[in-house]
Amino acid sequence: MFADLYQAIILEHYRNPSNVGLVEDGLQARNSHPSCGDKVLLSLRLDGQRISEAKFLGEGCSISQASLSMMTEAVTGQTVDEVKAVYQAFRRMLYGEEPNEELLGDMVALHGVSKFPARVPCATLGWETLALLLQLDDGSVGDDPSDQPCG
Amino acid sequence: MSALSELYERIVADFPILQRQVHGRPLVYLDSAASSLTPRPVVAALVDFYEQHRANVHRGLHQLSAEATDLFEGSRDRIARFLHAPRREQIVFTRGCTSAINLVAQAWARPRLGPGDVVVLSELEHHANLVSWQIVCRQTGAKLRYLPLTAEGHWDLTELARVIRDDVKVVAVAHISNVLGGLNPVEAVVAQAHRVGAVCLVDAAQSVGHLPVDVQALGADFVCFSSHKMCGPTGLGVLYGKLERLEAMEPLEGGGDMIVHVDWEESTWNQVPYKFEAGTPPIAEAIGLRAACDYLDELGLATIREHTQALTEAAVLALEELPGVKVMGPKQGRVGPVAFTVEGVHPHDVATILDGEGVAVRAGHHCAQPLHARLGIPATARASFYLTNRASDVDRLVAAVTTVQKVFGHVR
Ligand SMILES: Cc1ncc(COP(=O)(O)O)c(C=O)c1O
Repeated sequence: MFADLYQAIILEHYRNPSNVGLVEDGLQARNSHPSCGDKVLLSLRLDGQRISEAKFLGEGCSISQASLSMMTEAVTGQTVDEVKAVYQAFRRMLYGEEPNEELLGDMVALHGVSKFPARVPCATLGWETLALLLQLDDGSVGDDPSDQPCG
Repeated sequence: MSALSELYERIVADFPILQRQVHGRPLVYLDSAASSLTPRPVVAALVDFYEQHRANVHRGLHQLSAEATDLFEGSRDRIARFLHAPRREQIVFTRGCTSAINLVAQAWARPRLGPGDVVVLSELEHHANLVSWQIVCRQTGAKLRYLPLTAEGHWDLTELARVIRDDVKVVAVAHISNVLGGLNPVEAVVAQAHRVGAVCLVDAAQSVGHLPVDVQALGADFVCFSSHKMCGPTGLGVLYGKLERLEAMEPLEGGGDMIVHVDWEESTWNQVPYKFEAGTPPIAEAIGLRAACDYLDELGLATIREHTQALTEAAVLALEELPGVKVMGPKQGRVGPVAFTVEGVHPHDVATILDGEGVAVRAGHHCAQPLHARLGIPATARASFYLTNRASDVDRLVAAVTTVQKVFGHVR
């Protein structure tokens, strides 16, 4: 049953996360889920409309940390508009819709999380932080799926 | 083998939920510290009330209301007896342990505290017995002071006289921590509180119904607990108080039932305990709790404690044998909760995988964030034991934790 959730690629990102660190002089945002202790400091560099670097310092469960690792990989080199499309596709996936593999790539491994409502906030922590930084949320894909108490 | 193990067939019959499958596995319920399961006699008492005696209490002159009042007030008698309280008036029904603590904080402490006064808590308190006091301190200018823990997770009693001294007006401590599981020596704390003229509240949410509790022997001024952690219904708590304390307190909420006479400008309060029970009380819930007291007494509280303690201590030993698994708190003298960490795996991941194995545990800070800060970890997974568990549940827990380590390749 947890095979859906803990796919090898997620555990791989948890053990060896990409983009751990801080972009000096970049845009920064902190976010946390106080009740479970998931925490992140997300930082990125914007060259015009393009993200040239994205890094995170995080603490938390495998889902939150793997999601951050995959997200920072996915958004590096993308424009804000491109990132917005991925963000919306990610949210749709966590609402249980079939994932858009073209847009989401490896992140489709997080589709299984949609079956575990208590764990959805873990998966969205990184994306919600990015959405705050880049003002990605235009209200087109429902409420923040992580807007529920957790833990 | 404890006496209760031999009764397991009966327990299963009384708790049909124990026969449930979860994710295709037989359920192992290890979350009684959050809320215990409900036995059939308690459900039957609720059904009987709703089907045969359903009416409001204290208000109607009709037959059903008289029956409901008898059942409800009979529950107060039963709970007084369960706690060895001298008088029924000492039992105040509340919404839960949390509201019982808040009632004492607001109705006893708030009018009596000021700058220079101190409220003493211990480092292992549940947020219910911590935030309520932070609020009163903010309202009155009083300060908090903490009884520290030793490295093993016991209260450091060598600090007792330093922490509880003349400036202390209220001491509020847990009988059993919902994380560390140890049975705390509250009698020593009550004695020290009384020595300096402070009142003492015992948060007995994890102890009443889990072991024999005699409020007179404890000596505390107030004892609080929740029905839903002792096989009773949700939505009900109890405040036991010494009569002179309760009588000296002003009511916190106004409304029906708590008054004798209401005028345009002024009213006079009803006597204890009614002046604290404004509005329609949790009638069915109190009747259900009475059935829970009968049920627990029939099995025997000493037997339940012996059974729970044996399982708890067996779980501590078995978990600590697994590489990378660490159990918080003392090894011995534990009744119920076992909080633990698995190296390299976040507690939420532990709980999710355990759930997949049919083993229900809780993960997080268990409403004890300062305690987790003290332990130096943000969160733990917690298995908790009660009369609804048996020895094989410890084996299932250990096997499931081994599965966690397999899924995560025992990451370091
Ligand atoms: C030690 C302790 N105190 C207080 C409470 C609060 O109980 P309730 O949430 O039923 O009001 C709990 C329950 O989690 C507890 O474990």
